[in-house]
Amino acid sequence: MLRWLIGGGREPQGLAEKSSVQTIGEEQIQNPYTELLVLKGHQDIVRFLVQIDDCRFASAGDDGIIFLWNAQTGEKLFELHGHTQKITAIAPFSSSDDSEEKSNLILTASADKTVIVWDCTTGRQVQKVSCFHSTVKCLTVLQRLDVWLSGGSDLCVWNRKLDLLCKTSHLTDAGISTLVELPKNCVAAAVGKELIIFRLTASSDKSEGWNILEVKRLVDHHDNILSLVSVNDLTFVTGSHVGELIVWDAIDWTKQASECNFWESSVHPDSQTEIKLSQSPNETSVQHLTSDEECVFAAVGKGIYVYNLQMKRVIACQRTAHDSSVLHIEKLPNRQLISCSEDGSVRIWELREKQQVPAEPVPTGFFNMWGFGRANKQANQAAKKTQENTTMHFLELVGDLIGHSSAVQMFLYFGELGLVTCSADHLVILWKDGERESRLRSLTLFQKLAQNGDLQLKF
Amino acid sequence: MIGAPDVVALARQEEEEAAAGGGAEAWREPPLPEEYSVPLAPFGGHGASPWARAGGSKFLRDFILVAEFSEQVGPQPLLTVPDDAKVPGSFDLNYFSLRIMSVDYQASFVGHPPGCAYPKLNFVEDSKVVLGDSKEGAFAYVHHLTLYDLEARGFVRPFCMAYISADEHKIMQQFQELSAEFSKASECLKTGNRKAFASELEKKLKDLDYTRSVLHGETEIQKKANDKGYYTTQAIEKANELASVEKSIIEHQDLLKQIRSYPYRKLKDSDFHPYEPECAPDQASVGSDQDLAASDLAEPGETTPYSHVPSYTPKLIKAKSAKCFDKKLKTLEELCDIYFFTQTLDQLHQIERTFRGDVCYLLTNQISRALLKQQSITNFLFEDASFLDEKAPEKHYRGCQELGQDAVERKCSEESPTPKVVVSLGSYKSSVECVPIKMEQDIDDPPEPAMTESITFEHQENLDYLDADIKGSISSGESIEVLGTEKSASGLTKSESQASLPISPSPQAGRSKVGSRRTVSEDSIEVLSTCPSEALIPEDFKASYPSAINEEPYADDEEGGLRFAPRLNPDDADEPEDGSNPENPAQVDSACCIGKESPRFLEPLPSPGPRPCDEDGVVRIPPQPYRQAEQGPCGGFAGSPHPDGVPGGLLPHELDSRYPAGGRELSRTSLDECSDSTSYISSAASTCSDRTPSPAHPPCPASERHKKKAGQNALRFIRQYPFAHPAIYSLLSGRTLIVLGEDEAIVKKLVTALSIFVPSCGVRAKPVKHWLTAPLHVVDFQRWKLVGLQRTASPAGVNVLHALSRYSRYVSILDADSKTLRCPLYRGAVVARLADHRTQIKRGSTYYMHVQSVLTQLCSKAFLFAFCHHLHLPVAESEPEEAVASRRVSFLKHHLGLANEDLKIVQYLAELLKLRYIQEPGQGANPLLRFDYVPSFLYKI
Repeated sequence: MLRWLIGGGREPQGLAEKSSVQTIGEEQIQNPYTELLVLKGHQDIVRFLVQIDDCRFASAGDDGIIFLWNAQTGEKLFELHGHTQKITAIAPFSSSDDSEEKSNLILTASADKTVIVWDCTTGRQVQKVSCFHSTVKCLTVLQRLDVWLSGGSDLCVWNRKLDLLCKTSHLTDAGISTLVELPKNCVAAAVGKELIIFRLTASSDKSEGWNILEVKRLVDHHDNILSLVSVNDLTFVTGSHVGELIVWDAIDWTKQASECNFWESSVHPDSQTEIKLSQSPNETSVQHLTSDEECVFAAVGKGIYVYNLQMKRVIACQRTAHDSSVLHIEKLPNRQLISCSEDGSVRIWELREKQQVPAEPVPTGFFNMWGFGRANKQANQAAKKTQENTTMHFLELVGDLIGHSSAVQMFLYFGELGLVTCSADHLVILWKDGERESRLRSLTLFQKLAQNGDLQLKF
Repeated sequence: MIGAPDVVALARQEEEEAAAGGGAEAWREPPLPEEYSVPLAPFGGHGASPWARAGGSKFLRDFILVAEFSEQVGPQPLLTVPDDAKVPGSFDLNYFSLRIMSVDYQASFVGHPPGCAYPKLNFVEDSKVVLGDSKEGAFAYVHHLTLYDLEARGFVRPFCMAYISADEHKIMQQFQELSAEFSKASECLKTGNRKAFASELEKKLKDLDYTRSVLHGETEIQKKANDKGYYTTQAIEKANELASVEKSIIEHQDLLKQIRSYPYRKLKDSDFHPYEPECAPDQASVGSDQDLAASDLAEPGETTPYSHVPSYTPKLIKAKSAKCFDKKLKTLEELCDIYFFTQTLDQLHQIERTFRGDVCYLLTNQISRALLKQQSITNFLFEDASFLDEKAPEKHYRGCQELGQDAVERKCSEESPTPKVVVSLGSYKSSVECVPIKMEQDIDDPPEPAMTESITFEHQENLDYLDADIKGSISSGESIEVLGTEKSASGLTKSESQASLPISPSPQAGRSKVGSRRTVSEDSIEVLSTCPSEALIPEDFKASYPSAINEEPYADDEEGGLRFAPRLNPDDADEPEDGSNPENPAQVDSACCIGKESPRFLEPLPSPGPRPCDEDGVVRIPPQPYRQAEQGPCGGFAGSPHPDGVPGGLLPHELDSRYPAGGRELSRTSLDECSDSTSYISSAASTCSDRTPSPAHPPCPASERHKKKAGQNALRFIRQYPFAHPAIYSLLSGRTLIVLGEDEAIVKKLVTALSIFVPSCGVRAKPVKHWLTAPLHVVDFQRWKLVGLQRTASPAGVNVLHALSRYSRYVSILDADSKTLRCPLYRGAVVARLADHRTQIKRGSTYYMHVQSVLTQLCSKAFLFAFCHHLHLPVAESEPEEAVASRRVSFLKHHLGLANEDLKIVQYLAELLKLRYIQEPGQGANPLLRFDYVPSFLYKI
């Protein structure tokens, strides 16, 4: 493509031909997203997307502004100003009380060392907390206890009225990077290489109060813990910068399994040796983890790995799923997996069982027909070959979404409504199923016709 | 755009082709519905060029002549529009002035009517006559009007404006429009004249007042000096003089009152108010002519009373000075105030521009305009924004209108206490030798007061008109044939009888008058041709006198460019208009013009039967002006989609995709002989082209040129590039087309050429970017559907290409330098018809129109697709979505006759229609980008 654009019959020099990344042609039958809406508003990198309810979401980023959007129409609902610096964490905080009408709140933490509670229905700032000593880097809501936790250089516990219930002592300057809720009123906090388990206990003197206690410190990781995800009530998983993936028991906090050499896991799936990496850590850092009941999906460097919890091994992988680091992945209900990357693309994968007959090669558009596409084809085949004898499953690329011109930071899957992506190019893009939208528009059209009374014959 | 003027020319050849090859029969399709058809070369004889100059006319092209019947020298030409000696050429203006002035048989009578003490002004309506002069080869629409001049005999100065053309049919066909336009000009002149006349009267009154006081003083002195008990002759003389001055004062006051009463009467009865001279007694009585004019120019539309009182020193008037004939008569300019004079001139120029060109073109244009107004839902896609915008300015004045109406109401209540007893009947005999024409008026049956506003009365009035018309059309002399006349005899009766009614002083009565003023027509011609008020007001008038324009707020809902909406009572508005409507103006028109004996309007509307053709295949029926009565079937397109869509006049065969091809064939063959901007070699072409200067349209002459240029470039493009079809398909299916090149001029030219295929997305301008040097973003693809992109070798240029390569799935790329195209495959039939590289069309504007007609057809398909209920919603509750989807596809394929990629075009257009329709008025459309994951191919020359 690019070569053709640059013109002449020069030999391929473009990026696409060199890269071994699996590509998909322009014909993407399974890709439902055939309509996009660009939501403009942010003036800096958009890093966070959070779902508020069935049809609303919030976006926030380095410009310190939070936008509330309607996911169906793409309408901008509110523009929340309050933070003076970039947003560092965002969490929805919906009330669990049945007595009051459901209020949708969101918590936002910013580098200006404040946390603001916003009301999503009115678009107003409910309350602002500015007594932090450091930037709050993570926020977690414990719905069960109706409290929320803020993690910075220390860990604080707050109730709904924004009273500080209790806090830990100063942990580290670097601060807590991630928090996850564990059973039995416990939380796991990743602090550098360490994983600290805290337990909340009701205070003896006051009925309202809580105490927070450090229960255990786990030091199995060799590098900073980047991702922390709870799989179910019994297990949680951590991933570190050097590509270690450790599966923990959520009750007694023991190591159940670990995987640390993703680059070789395919060759020696059962090897448990934890060899220090010689490769560049960026290539292997576990950027993001997600899971369903069976598997943990890890975004490792440029690749995506599927780790089966039962078999305790990687069952499928796509070593170079993107041109650069994968920043976020998510599992969809329909065995599909979506990943987004610094290269600005979003890809949709499908986890398929390996069959005896290799899958049909993906058509790659006109290059094939005109005989230009050999490079791509070879790349495809090469990518497949590597998977062949190693895994029972494989990840099939079923579509990609290209719209952002810079790193896609995060995305939010809205089911039928579509997919929201946010990016460093200051844009939020709403991807929609064109067929469905067209049907909905027809529906609206006929409703409006009926309203206007235009359906009656006028002559 | 429905048709093309030069489509018309060589229908004969098409017939030959059809006879020659059986294959050509494929093009023969059921005829178009009558209202859409443009009959071919209506008046050309066998073998004659349709644009051949009618024999013997001595002027180059149509022009407007303004003439006066001077009481000193008789008929004389005053000016021509255009003001170019070449245009009339050797045409004898003096002679023609005599001719046109001599047919005005209904000029007013002003003076002392029998049985009345004072001179009465007669608010004469203009008369409109069509006459032909076979000797001169000239035909004219003649518009007579009367201006007031205090110094003139009987206070009146007869004038006339004539539109002179060599084409008799043009005058006849465009009679309604000409009449409407000239009425505007005339109204403008008369308004200015009334103003000038009023101020002249005021000055005169001051003079008289002064004279009286002087005389009075002298009489008193004499009285005192004289104590003998009897009057000297000198004293008696003085007393007589004083008495005559007193009488003169009363007369002039009465005249002033009459002239001031005019605007009210006018306002009450018509919806045309070019300007309401603010002559409230206190202001106008002190305003001098010049000051009025100056203030008008300075602050148009301002109604504030004068802050300063201009000084006017009254003069002593000698007795008998009022009727002084030895002085120089006022010029037209002086008569009607320089401002209004210029306005009128502008209006006349506009008329000249509007009616320039061949009648066929004018009619086609009018038909398509009228039809376009009905296609309100699909118009935005491909029609010119300027074309659709015509009504926009009107909306601006809504607020002012209300103000204006208030003023009217006030005026009504203010003025209503003065009963008017203006009656002026009788016959007028011209001072110059002329055919005296008896006015036939029904004076024995004065309409009852309650009847004046009723519709039944109007019907009766119409009958009267017709009666009078037939009797009134006379033939005088061998060279003049009065082809058709209209006089406002009955209108006069009515207006005067109406005016003579004592008007109830209650303000409510006044208001009701205002509300119903559309229903009463004072002017006979207004019944015959009700012109849209929008068209009645010259553009410059709108601009400078917004507050003076008092239009019906809902007027534009009903009116169309050519829909001679009969004036109905508001409660009658919903009645179905059938062909037997006695007010059908076109019929009245034809009846009075052709002079048939039977009142044709009693007959039902002639059915649009088979058109008579003669051997050469030229259809003999002229294009009919668009009539509202025929709107029935196609009216459904406007805003009332039938659930099934199809019954509304779009029969399956009309939807057949092949039939416009026949039209294209037509237009193709028409070019062999017809004049062409690119091939002036043929002598026939050059002879006929001088008579048809390219029609210019006042609202958008620039866009006309643009169309021509774009069409020309597009033609070149489809001839030059074998892969024009997929490129055009990309545009029609909403895929952004990037024209990539190093040379800005070449790229821009290509973009201009291709822009005619780009559907608008609802916003004003077409989504076209002619030249871009920055890298593209995803946002740009929703904003622009056609982009000219710079290719440079610099690093920035490489970025541009990288971005392009990245977003290649959203774009088709036309490389202007290496002449390659990368875009999806196209296998449909629509574009092949739209852009046939073997097309014989040579003229840019013709091709543009061809494109527009194919696109209009596409639009109608998209409309049907979008608005068919069962295609989008399940018929039964339980019907699965798949069934609906398959029904949709089968409708597209079988009913609309679309294949392959054509489906996508219609689907895209339908999507645009939907988006536009559901879009809330307040908020802008969501800029969404739709795309497909389809493979692209590389095309090379």
